Amino acid sequence: MNIHEYQAKELLKGYGVKIQEGIVANTPEEATQAAKKLNEQTGTSWYVVKAQIHAGGRGKGKIQETGSNGVVLAKSLDEVGPKAEAILGGTLVTHQTGAEGKKVNKVLIAQDVYYPGDSEPKEYYLSILLDRAKGCNVIMASTEGGMDIEAVAEETPEKIIKEWIDPRVGLQGFQSRKVAFQLGLEGQAFKEMVKFIHALYKAYEDSDASQFEINPVLKTSDNQILAVDAKVNLDDNGLFRHKDLAELRDITEEDPAEVEAGKYGLSYVKLDGNVGCMVNGAGLAMATMDIIKLSGGEPANFLDVGGTANAETVEAGFRIIMQDPNVKAILINIFGGIVRCDRVANGVVEAYKKIGNINIPIIVRLQGTNAEEAAQIINESGLAVESAILLKDAAAKVQQALA
Amino acid sequence: MSVLVNKDSKVIVQGFTGSEGTFHAGQMIEYGTNVVGGVTPGKGGQSHLDRPVFNTVADAVKETGADVSIIFVPPAFAADAIMEAADAGIKVIIAITEGIPVKDMVVAKEYLKGKDVTLIGPNCPGVITPEEAKVGIMPGFVFKKGRVGLVSKSGTLTYEAADQLAKAGLGISTAIGIGGDPIIGTPTKNAVQLLMEDDETDAIVMIGEIGGNYEAQAAEYIKSTGNKKPVVGFIAGQTAPPGRRMGHAGAIIGGAEDTAEAKMRIMAECGIHVVKSPADIGETMAKVLKG
Repeated sequence: MNIHEYQAKELLKGYGVKIQEGIVANTPEEATQAAKKLNEQTGTSWYVVKAQIHAGGRGKGKIQETGSNGVVLAKSLDEVGPKAEAILGGTLVTHQTGAEGKKVNKVLIAQDVYYPGDSEPKEYYLSILLDRAKGCNVIMASTEGGMDIEAVAEETPEKIIKEWIDPRVGLQGFQSRKVAFQLGLEGQAFKEMVKFIHALYKAYEDSDASQFEINPVLKTSDNQILAVDAKVNLDDNGLFRHKDLAELRDITEEDPAEVEAGKYGLSYVKLDGNVGCMVNGAGLAMATMDIIKLSGGEPANFLDVGGTANAETVEAGFRIIMQDPNVKAILINIFGGIVRCDRVANGVVEAYKKIGNINIPIIVRLQGTNAEEAAQIINESGLAVESAILLKDAAAKVQQALA
Repeated sequence: MSVLVNKDSKVIVQGFTGSEGTFHAGQMIEYGTNVVGGVTPGKGGQSHLDRPVFNTVADAVKETGADVSIIFVPPAFAADAIMEAADAGIKVIIAITEGIPVKDMVVAKEYLKGKDVTLIGPNCPGVITPEEAKVGIMPGFVFKKGRVGLVSKSGTLTYEAADQLAKAGLGISTAIGIGGDPIIGTPTKNAVQLLMEDDETDAIVMIGEIGGNYEAQAAEYIKSTGNKKPVVGFIAGQTAPPGRRMGHAGAIIGGAEDTAEAKMRIMAECGIHVVKSPADIGETMAKVLKG
């Protein structure tokens, strides 16, 4: 699960990670009030107005309606309101949102932390994530803060510092010192970075996170180390023990159809193609998408009905796929192991009858436990549904349907 | 010799008396698997499905001599169950449970290091050696006995492949569902290695999906054996978009190496017979074996 920058920073702050302070606002008026309060709290007289969406590239991204960038600087209190207004309610398009962009419902009014002082401010990169191959967490750091880290890894891999954490003992002091030294820090900034890394790792462990990315981490002109941005990704499977974090979910950031599918325990991902599919099992679902492509179509979705599919969940899946106007055909591919094909067949028949005027071809491929009973249910239903037993035949029928 | 489980395996079920455990233990017994008992803390001394229930895995091992355990314990307690089984001296642990927090699995996997134990899963359909032992949730009738080994991250796609092999006149020595989570006990390479070294296996089907580098590791290993046995490979998710999780917790394209295309390329370079369509697995294997 992703959370917003302002939520992530609050989470980190709770663990003693120093952050660029800010206050979230829903309206231009709230933004101005937030700026005033921030001025009182931190003394800042410049303000950064930051769009809160679940996607990166906000600074370079543009609000479609106004042309404003997603992150802008207001050099006085008076500028905060208008600048927030140019972002709030707009559609922000960044390289991560796709062309349709994302609606901005909140802005974070943050303090200016790039003020001049004894030394030059400098940006760094820091992240914590699971190294799947090694089976442990890894801290990644780089002096190339503020840059796209994938590009850094590609072009100058020697600039990426990696420190693997032994699950038996957790992060050790020598490791955070090693990272801070490799980043070229010294004196007060070095000490601050060591503390920063420890607090960050504690937050990561305690919250069942799957990824933290702090880009940039800033060394201020007075040698503080701050998180200026924070991308926090939480392990969905760990949320049951973090009710407070689970509440941070913002469903307006998600596709409504995907949210609805979730209510029925269906795993659905919307795609751009023309052939819908409903499958049991994630691997077979991906394989079915691949079959659709090889048959000359494009998959319109990923949909796993899971191991406990019944008439109700199958009907829900059916309705969700049908909401997509691009869908020109639907392939249902069920290999019955735990889920019995006859139950799925009943679901298909019931849903078909309830929905009524379905005018796109439907291909149902049922194989495995109770496949014969299932075929009988489909055949005796009198519905205009093509049935198939072999995956190959199903593929051929999709091809025919699209022709 | 088949691998991991056979007719001599003594199997216990952790989470025996729960609904999943009860249903699948029943199915396993019906298949002919030697289920010798089960574990549900607090229900020790009772009888379930005509088998004894124990409070701890240690008790079950002591009383029954069990060497294989299958886990149906809910996600919050499953990592603990895995470690309990390892501590009690179980040799093969098969964790079916889906939804275990990654943090718990990192700890559990670390705990198993250096112990004489193999963990299969979690989030997997289990392991079957046809006509000998089914230790999993797969429909047994789909898996015909034969000499092709099967390794897969996916449940139903494994059944699909087994069915295609049967229709192509082939059968299975052992099918290993390794699981679709980011952290699993036995990565693709290790499972392939078991089958590569098994006298009753002539060829291997290896089914992967997007995310991680397990398939690439396995491909390099296969090449390093001098392609001793033919391998047919398929990667699910050729049409999956980057950055989106496709059902399985581990099925997500992060970097370029996570894509189906990259994996299929490495596999082909390492001499694996890569099929683009999941409908071609069985027939391709039949062709490869004919030579």
